[in-house]
Amino acid sequence: MLDYDSIAAICEAAEEKQLSISALVLSDQAEQMEISEDELYEHMRESLHVMQEAVKEGKNPKLRSTSGLTGGDAAMVEAYAGTGGITGTFLNHAMARALAVSEYNAAMGKIVASPTAGSCGILPGTVVSMLEEGRCDEHAAVMALFTAGAIGMVIARNASIAGAQGGCQAECGSASAMAAAALVDLAGGTPGQAAHACAMAIKNQLGLVCDPVAGLVEIPCIKRNVSGIAIAFTSAEMALAGVESKIPVDECVLAMRQVGDMLPCSLKETSQAGLASTPTGIRLKKQVFGEG
Amino acid sequence: MNVFDIIGPVMIGPSSSHTAGAVRLGRVAWKILEEKAVWADIRLSGSFAQTYRGHGTDKALIAGIMGMHSYDERIRRSLSLADEEGLAYSFTAEDIPGAHPNTARIHLKGEQGAECVVQGASIGGGNILVTQINGMEVSFTGQYNTLMVLHYDRPGTIAAVTNFMAYSGTNIGNFRLTRPKKGGEAVMTIEVDGDVEETLIQSLRILPNIINVVLIRAI
Ligand code: SF4
Repeated sequence: MLDYDSIAAICEAAEEKQLSISALVLSDQAEQMEISEDELYEHMRESLHVMQEAVKEGKNPKLRSTSGLTGGDAAMVEAYAGTGGITGTFLNHAMARALAVSEYNAAMGKIVASPTAGSCGILPGTVVSMLEEGRCDEHAAVMALFTAGAIGMVIARNASIAGAQGGCQAECGSASAMAAAALVDLAGGTPGQAAHACAMAIKNQLGLVCDPVAGLVEIPCIKRNVSGIAIAFTSAEMALAGVESKIPVDECVLAMRQVGDMLPCSLKETSQAGLASTPTGIRLKKQVFGEG
Repeated sequence: MNVFDIIGPVMIGPSSSHTAGAVRLGRVAWKILEEKAVWADIRLSGSFAQTYRGHGTDKALIAGIMGMHSYDERIRRSLSLADEEGLAYSFTAEDIPGAHPNTARIHLKGEQGAECVVQGASIGGGNILVTQINGMEVSFTGQYNTLMVLHYDRPGTIAAVTNFMAYSGTNIGNFRLTRPKKGGEAVMTIEVDGDVEETLIQSLRILPNIINVVLIRAI
């Protein structure tokens, strides 16, 4: 059985057994949870369907959050995506998906916290994009979520996946690292390459603070889901090209923990600093909750 | 921890602590009431008091009190559903000293006249901790099937209950006794592994010195 205390150990186990990370994790989790692999797979497939449904619902141009602060950006990017923009239709459609799910979350929509509600757009923006853009079949997309889950378990154990504990690097950063590894897995890369992609994604978000305006999971959370997928895609591309992270992935996770511990409380979900305490942040807070 | 703690839960947004956890708190209160609620007085403390409207914490609590799960899409409309189904509710900000920042105290009255006051906190990631029931200190998470045994503090009562449970093959994962004063009313909070048979509850209820036994199934 796997301990989920080291990403390197998971990769070694997968390479030793000549399995992908996802296949190894599926069989290990089935054993640990004492249920059949089929049942576990089916459960994950349902989660993928929830993500796809959220992508669809979130693109509604009329969608607004409960606070009224956000909504409608996914529809805007979706319309723009058809032009190809600067980076092409694939990335623009993927951005629209990440926005859609995050905005749908803020509008009390049904989502899969992955790993958290604040970062729920990153796996849909990456894994669902691969599926919906015809880059993989449903089976591969479901399996990729097991890879993502395994990475998330190690980060949760050795660092944190809560903004209140580790800042946004722990939420959007972790989601992005999980997605980077899942993308490599989907694209047929080796477990070692998945680990490098994961490391590079963590490095690119180290130190990201958690500073939600008015304490709500909207500003800046929603747009950080878009940067999260961009980092996941670029990290995966580098790893697939053969680029290696000079700092091993498990050391990156420990660095994330150290940085998270050193971040002041004011930048860990308490909305006392950062974007939350800007003049506009404060004005928006009053707009939603009144003067008190 | 398993893979669905990371890829999951499936929930209604926007916040696992302010929305998903709030549904579970409401749901625990509903389970303890054991009937349909017709009246709810809800006190919110700390961050719950400050941000409940933006996070939909009010809708989430009411949805839970109406028996919904944290993935139920009706949560969004729960306040109007409550009006339709005759559940009168009110929300008041109140500073509960020493309480966790995300604390709610839920006072419910049921259609058959049952009444309860449940206090608990949403402690992150959609997890909750119930800290008080009808003024008595308790401590359970709702992750396991939990037996609440309200009884008179008399010698041998705990032994009788745990013996009976051992007899029926029910394993106790966690046991806590609260007793505001010696010889008065007291409560055992017993988290158990696996299922609890209805017959066990019936048998416990007729033991001497037992006032009531309520099973709160894992939520
Ligand atoms: S800013 Fe904070 S609340 Fe928003 S997604 Fe990041 S960690 Fe979550």
